[in-house]
Amino acid sequence: MSTTRSRRLAPAYIAAATGLALALSACGGTTNTSSTAGAGAASSSAAADPNAPIKEGLKVAFLPKQLNNSYFTVTDRGGKAAVEEYKGIFSEVGPSEASASSQVSYINTLTQQGSNVIATSANDPKAICSALDEARSAGAKVVTFDSDTDPSCRDIYINQATAEGIASTQIKLISDAIGPDGGDIAILSATANATNQNAWIELMKKELQKPEYAKLKLVATAYGDDNAQKSQQEVQALLQAHPTLKGIISPTTVGIAAAAQYLSGSEYKGKVQLTGLGFPSQLKEFLKNGTMKSFALWDVEKLGYLAAYAGAALASGQITGAEGQTFKAGTLGEFKVGPNSTVLLGEPTVFTAENVDQYNF
Amino acid sequence: MLVDTAPPAAETRRTPRFGFLRSWDTAIILALVASIIVASMTVSGFATSRNVGFLLIDVIPVLLLALPMTLIIVTGEIDLSVASIAGFVSCVFGALWNSGMPMETIIPLCIVLGAVSGALNGFLVSVVGLPSLAVTIGTLALYRGLAFVVLGDQAVTSFPRAITTGLQAKIGSTGIPVWILPVILLVIIFGVALHFTGFGRSLFAIGYSVDAARFSGIGVARTKFWLFVISGTVAALVGVWWTLRYGSARGDNATGLELSVIAAVLLGGVSIFGGKGTLPGVIAGVGLLAILRNALQLASVPEDTLSMLTGGLLILAVVAPNAITWIRSLSRKASTT
Repeated sequence: MSTTRSRRLAPAYIAAATGLALALSACGGTTNTSSTAGAGAASSSAAADPNAPIKEGLKVAFLPKQLNNSYFTVTDRGGKAAVEEYKGIFSEVGPSEASASSQVSYINTLTQQGSNVIATSANDPKAICSALDEARSAGAKVVTFDSDTDPSCRDIYINQATAEGIASTQIKLISDAIGPDGGDIAILSATANATNQNAWIELMKKELQKPEYAKLKLVATAYGDDNAQKSQQEVQALLQAHPTLKGIISPTTVGIAAAAQYLSGSEYKGKVQLTGLGFPSQLKEFLKNGTMKSFALWDVEKLGYLAAYAGAALASGQITGAEGQTFKAGTLGEFKVGPNSTVLLGEPTVFTAENVDQYNF
Repeated sequence: MLVDTAPPAAETRRTPRFGFLRSWDTAIILALVASIIVASMTVSGFATSRNVGFLLIDVIPVLLLALPMTLIIVTGEIDLSVASIAGFVSCVFGALWNSGMPMETIIPLCIVLGAVSGALNGFLVSVVGLPSLAVTIGTLALYRGLAFVVLGDQAVTSFPRAITTGLQAKIGSTGIPVWILPVILLVIIFGVALHFTGFGRSLFAIGYSVDAARFSGIGVARTKFWLFVISGTVAALVGVWWTLRYGSARGDNATGLELSVIAAVLLGGVSIFGGKGTLPGVIAGVGLLAILRNALQLASVPEDTLSMLTGGLLILAVVAPNAITWIRSLSRKASTT
């Protein structure tokens, strides 16, 4: 490095800074109100041939919200099984952190590697859109599962279950567990502003209006913030505050596991019923020791399996993503593309002491 | 006035022929060139215009933040709050956009907000006299918290597609993103300021010895204050860029980015203890980390291996220059006896 040079460069970078300021202001002239609608799905122009065979050697990549997350480990296992069935090349890539834009560089890499199918669960509905646009313009088909992107950025979304199905299943399970006499029930949710949780809770309230549930009364909703310790404290508080409580619904995997743990070690075991959404592997022992009778979740492994087949159907030209088209998803049978290029996996699976051993997630 | 790089003792020593090889930043620049050559030859899909576009556009936030970070670390301080300021600004951007304010009003407001956020850091460090490590660990959490206060876990995504895709515009068919040009301009401005002005020399002087700097008439507190203001301002630019580039304003934007920035700066040969470093070295550090990451991803190296590799490289970057100085001092001792 030289040690001394001219000190008379000041005017140069004042000029440079002015240039930068001009460049930065160049994107003006816009407000929220003037925003235009999205470009819309571009790919539905090509004709679909439902009888086209699945191409061999398709490069199928699964890009979860984050790696080493037990939920996505299972979806991706399902995806891998499907890809192996149709003799494709499976890969799983993803960020170690589930932040909004962390998936972008992985999508770019997959684009560059010439992936035929990208199956992803988006951390943010919008942040990966332009990367997906570029992937699609390079020929990749994009399937989303679990968490959708903006519909204009993907070819198909695999919906694990409808919110209505989730809500009605849980109300039915708690009603069956408590019995015909009914009683007070409470909900243990995740965070107070979790969008999906709140949607389910609203639908559950609606479901409770039905005459068959007249004897069930929702007395409280608690928030465990998806933290095991806080969830247990909330369960404890619910039981203290409502001595007549007969049942708890926890539509979150962390909450239900924590509640089961607490109930099984307390005097309330078997007296206060528990149901909700949880992993069979985590709740198996509580079904068997009588803490709970049943709970539900969509079949996580099948979700990945279906996503992989949907991707293959797109990449092989069997479907384009338009409503009404059908494709065959291996052992799961035939599926139909619904409105908004969405495919529904089905109703949630109900797990009981009898069937829980069949599930490996 | 003090010299702008290594300690005077090393500088005044006669360094014949291969002397330049001894400086870490030269080594990093060479490593950058070598990695480009190796990756182009061995990794398929690396040396294409599309990949160059991906690389350059992804490097913009780190590159921008590395500029003020270099200046701050040269003075012996650190700013860990930059990514949180960017996230905070991103949320405010989203909230204001939702309220219907035009973008040409929001952007200057956001930049002022970043400057004010940086000024709080600067005030606590230079006026109150707290260590910047402690202050910015605090504001790292504070600004990230404020980001979630502003938007909660919601995202604002209603930005016009014309702008979000416009930010990714390329220069013709070269794959080079248009927006790298103003960034390069900023790099030049920071480079000139650090290496060719009295201001830049005063930063090295502060980092080398605060007392000496004070005695030679440098306003240490004032200088540090303004460095943090500049850092906050650049962080705000990154927040705006991030929001529009990804079309999504949310609280977790740019999470953890400060670590990538500091890693690149240290890898580029800036001493964490202050007083030493060059901007070309930092640019090479940013480039080297980005290229390694990109090339290894393309070569399907798993994520865990990747972060272990970059972590190892970082330790090497901190250890190696010190080891070199140590070996040098040993050999000097041997030659004088």
